[in-house]
Amino acid sequence: MKRRQILSLPLAAAVLPVAGTGAALAQTEGEAKTIGVAIPSATHGFMGGLNWHAQNTIDRLGETYPNLSFVLATAGDSAKMVSDIEDMMATRNIDALVVLPFESEPLTAPVKSVKDAGKFVVVVDRGLSEEGIEDLYVAGDNAAFGRVAGQYFADNLESGQKIVVLRGIPTTLDNERVEAFQAAIEGSGIEVLDMQHGNWNRDDAFNVMQDYLAKYPEIDAVWAADDDMATGVLEAIAQAGREDEMWVIGGAGMKEIVQRIMDGDPQLPVNVTYPPAQISAAIEMAALNFVSSAPMAGRYIIGSQLITPENAEQYYFPDSPF
Amino acid sequence: MRRIDFHLLGPLIALIALIIIGALLNPAFLAPANLSNVLARSAFIGLIAVGMTFVITQGGLDLSVGSMAAFIAGITIMAMNALVPITGVNWGTIIIGMMVAMAGGLAAGLFNGALITRARIEPFIVTLGTMGIYRSLVTWLSDGGTLSLDSGLRTLYRPVYFSGIGWITWPIITFAIVAILGEWMMRHTRFGRHVEAIGSNDRVARYSAVDVEGVRLASYVLLGGLVGLATILYVPRLGSASGSTGVLWELEAIAAVIIGGTMLKGGTGRVWGTVVGVLILSMIDNILNLADLVSPYLNGAIQGVIIVLAVVLQREKRATDNR
Repeated sequence: MKRRQILSLPLAAAVLPVAGTGAALAQTEGEAKTIGVAIPSATHGFMGGLNWHAQNTIDRLGETYPNLSFVLATAGDSAKMVSDIEDMMATRNIDALVVLPFESEPLTAPVKSVKDAGKFVVVVDRGLSEEGIEDLYVAGDNAAFGRVAGQYFADNLESGQKIVVLRGIPTTLDNERVEAFQAAIEGSGIEVLDMQHGNWNRDDAFNVMQDYLAKYPEIDAVWAADDDMATGVLEAIAQAGREDEMWVIGGAGMKEIVQRIMDGDPQLPVNVTYPPAQISAAIEMAALNFVSSAPMAGRYIIGSQLITPENAEQYYFPDSPF
Repeated sequence: MRRIDFHLLGPLIALIALIIIGALLNPAFLAPANLSNVLARSAFIGLIAVGMTFVITQGGLDLSVGSMAAFIAGITIMAMNALVPITGVNWGTIIIGMMVAMAGGLAAGLFNGALITRARIEPFIVTLGTMGIYRSLVTWLSDGGTLSLDSGLRTLYRPVYFSGIGWITWPIITFAIVAILGEWMMRHTRFGRHVEAIGSNDRVARYSAVDVEGVRLASYVLLGGLVGLATILYVPRLGSASGSTGVLWELEAIAAVIIGGTMLKGGTGRVWGTVVGVLILSMIDNILNLADLVSPYLNGAIQGVIIVLAVVLQREKRATDNR
């Protein structure tokens, strides 16, 4: 994984100026301001969605507020992201920075120096390793992601019913989700038959689910914990012809899965959000900081929502790649 | 033969041991449905590994095959989706898609081979470069997301992975045919002998009027073609390709080749050994999933131990051979 990202570095998008030249258009209202946005490049579905939402938000805000201009940079590793931020400071003279740190440790010092230069700093999703640097912290809620899913299982299965779980890549993030899930189903009498790593990957999840199906004659539900994994799981279930036996809960709100929930697919009753659009919230708030007097400071944690057939439409983004 | 020839039979003994362990741990292991799953899963890596055996035997290496498979899957899906409005949802469209995959594989193999033999760049560097190129291209084509096959075509194409003759599905049949042809090519054709000769000593081979560069080029084209064939079987399984398709397939294929008794420095190639190596790798995964033996965090460690053990069995013999 790491090797691939290093290799893709020379091909990763360079610092791109996106919205029009704010200064030239600024005669109508307000002072010209530049907002820098630094995010990881689109190496998998979720990040692809996040990149798409970032680009979309920037285009829209650039039109709404002619005095604001944006600089978007995507990075394939931490070192590139640090260089991007340094370039933004040196050549684009940004007034605010919205950053989704590639890794916490290496980005902490560079972001701190941006803050020390008196800029408005928004940190998204992954926190820095030192507290109190950023003005605003915007993130999804991993514990809630596991808890909301666990709650649904506890409410919809009876004591003694059996489930299997697919985990992501072994990380603290995955642990937080799984621990919250286990806490939520505790006491419900639901039996967790197995938990193996599907690595947030369709092919791996397909293989793991095939083996679950060979091993366990009775499975009532699957927590796939991610929509890419859910896609592989559904294919393995279809191959075994056991579609009527169990339902599957994925996560993160991939458009194809949300579509099937809207259509009332009995195999996919609900989904849990972990929105890639959180980057939109962060960029909007950075913009509001300059164009309004609304206070923009503190922590903004985006709860994980349950997507049901009734509300699925508001989570459906047909143009997003995710 | 007074003592067991570990050099030759090491991998086979390891495979048989794994099958016995698997059957003891969970009776479901030997059920036709499970065997069918494991063999069909092995087919992608297996096809690629057969081609890799030729490349490694002639003294080369190809790190780009995993990315290449992802890229070819991507263009195959895009080609078929683009054709649906013109040719409609039928087998004709799918056959054109298959031809795109084959042509893409052969072209990618030719590209690698030409850079290595004509531009005379180290295979490690060339294929490390193309590995990054193909991986980035598929991520770019899919916009960082996933390329999905048109759902009508998907339904039509699906049986290519999932059906066959009884539980012996098409991927298994294809893998078996390619393995037998590969073994025959290595043992009984001029090409196979030239591949081994070049791997043993390319200078002597050149003095013996072997077309060294031509044979090398052909081995990369053969590998590319087999990657294309693997893609033809891969696409109907999930009907999608993304930046995470085929990650680390190259290392699995190389590991399978080495476990099977082919030497990484070239010169000796055993296609049947490669087949055994591929089966060992996919059975370890399957058994670990079926058996709750260890924490899933340790799966990688178990795989590593078995890979090293399978090769150690052969090494002892090699030392006594004084080779």
